[in-house]
Amino acid sequence: MTAIFKREFRSYFTSPVGYSVLAAFMFFSGLFLYVYCLYPGISSMYSVFQSMFMIVLFIIPIITMRLFSEDKKMKTDQILLTSPVSIPAIVLAKFLSALAILGLCLCSYIIEGLALSFFSHPDWSVIIGNVFGMALMGSAFIAIGIFVSSLTESVVVAAVISFAANMFISLFDAAASTISWEWLNEFVGAISFQQKYSNFALGIVSLSDVVFFLSAVFLFLFLTDRVIEKRRWA
Amino acid sequence: MIKVDNISKKYGRLQALKNVSFEIEEGQILGFLGPNGAGKSTTMNIITGYLSCDEGSVSIDGIDIMEDPKEAKKKIGYLPEQPPLYYDMTVQQYLEFVFQLKKVRLPMKEHINKICDMVKINDVRGRILKHLSKGYCQRVGLAQALIGDPPVLILDEPTVGLDPQQIIEIRKLIRDLGKKHTVILSSHLLSEVQAVSDRILVINHGTIAADEMTSSLTMTGRSTEKLDVIIEGRKQTVKSILAKIDGVTAVDERGEVEKGCFEYIIDSKRDVRRLIFRALAKTDFSILSMKPVERSLEDTYLNIITGKYESEGDADNDSNI
Repeated sequence: MTAIFKREFRSYFTSPVGYSVLAAFMFFSGLFLYVYCLYPGISSMYSVFQSMFMIVLFIIPIITMRLFSEDKKMKTDQILLTSPVSIPAIVLAKFLSALAILGLCLCSYIIEGLALSFFSHPDWSVIIGNVFGMALMGSAFIAIGIFVSSLTESVVVAAVISFAANMFISLFDAAASTISWEWLNEFVGAISFQQKYSNFALGIVSLSDVVFFLSAVFLFLFLTDRVIEKRRWA
Repeated sequence: MIKVDNISKKYGRLQALKNVSFEIEEGQILGFLGPNGAGKSTTMNIITGYLSCDEGSVSIDGIDIMEDPKEAKKKIGYLPEQPPLYYDMTVQQYLEFVFQLKKVRLPMKEHINKICDMVKINDVRGRILKHLSKGYCQRVGLAQALIGDPPVLILDEPTVGLDPQQIIEIRKLIRDLGKKHTVILSSHLLSEVQAVSDRILVINHGTIAADEMTSSLTMTGRSTEKLDVIIEGRKQTVKSILAKIDGVTAVDERGEVEKGCFEYIIDSKRDVRRLIFRALAKTDFSILSMKPVERSLEDTYLNIITGKYESEGDADNDSNI
């Protein structure tokens, strides 16, 4: 499993993918930091975190798009599946490698917090809560992206579909307000990613939100495992 | 060593394999032969656990691939039809990756060095796989299969894309490997299977069409049922003499090869060389040459896949002569 993790992680940096994702993330978080904190002279990073939601939505499909689709296309899945490694271990290794890239991106928040601490007193609990929250929500998005990637051989299709899926999930809230049935309205609200993420952005870490995202991760990784297992029987 | 028991596989409505069974003993080199789409790769993919089968079972060294895939897969080195290379890695990185992936417990550096020497890829170890030629990629694929010294090697068309010199080298390597490992290799080239393997399994339409030791298949091929004779003299008379000989079924005249000399192809039920000699010795016609038309393995193979083949036919008796 560590071998696959190391390979996948390294491959982000043998192609421009890893660098461009990191650059895009840091560019936008830097830009938002300037617009919302440095320029108006506010130490709260809340608005930065809120705005970064969209950026994460965009970059995660790029991180996950090739994880399984490329293996299938280049037939490298043959070496993985004929090695003494179980399918869940393969899925988990790929998931962790994508998470590690997101983790690198999130490090920029810490750097920004440190930068702010020269001029004022940033709320570290909010920053840490946010990094944690975004990592959690990001994990759920990554799991969805990996699942989509396992369904197709095309990297581009994987990226587009997982982006659409992420978008759909985060627009749930907006759709919810148009639904007149209260129970459905409540249900949609309950599975909305954005609402749960907002809590983290405010620095509130609640157990139910953590469990929610972890269940989403588990569900989609499990589905990925099933898709790959099914392919052997096709 | 490998036991394939009654496996069947369907791709949708297409029956790819139907009740295929065979066993391979330790140290044997088995050649899979068959036209494209016959089920060679499917069988290999099932043995290695890449695909599952709908029915039947496969066991490697007594370990069932379905029940204990991890242990069974440790015993197999697999080179698929398209070598499973990560083209963004260098050869060295890739082999180290495979080494760790297979959880090999040997000293890494020496082991990889040894394998690189064997398949002769030492000079490209630092290069990125993307930039290597097809022949080198194929050899890296072979190196990958050898990592961990697995007792069973499964090689799907191992010499595709190599130049003649390399083909000879790889064949020799496979023969050497066959002394320590159990090898299955597939090919649609007869000469290759013939050159390398101890036993040939012909697969056609998802079933086993023939399963013979290479030596006996070749023996069947060396038949004297057909003769190519050049005789001096009037062709009408010669032809009628030849046709009267006991056992001759057909005489086909192939035209004049030298002045007054004609070539004939003679089909017969048994060896008629002596009879032809005696018959012509009574006349003025002289035999300038007489040679058996060797039914090559190629013909045998074609007969097998077109369904004309009868195992251990009467050709065996004739071939002793």
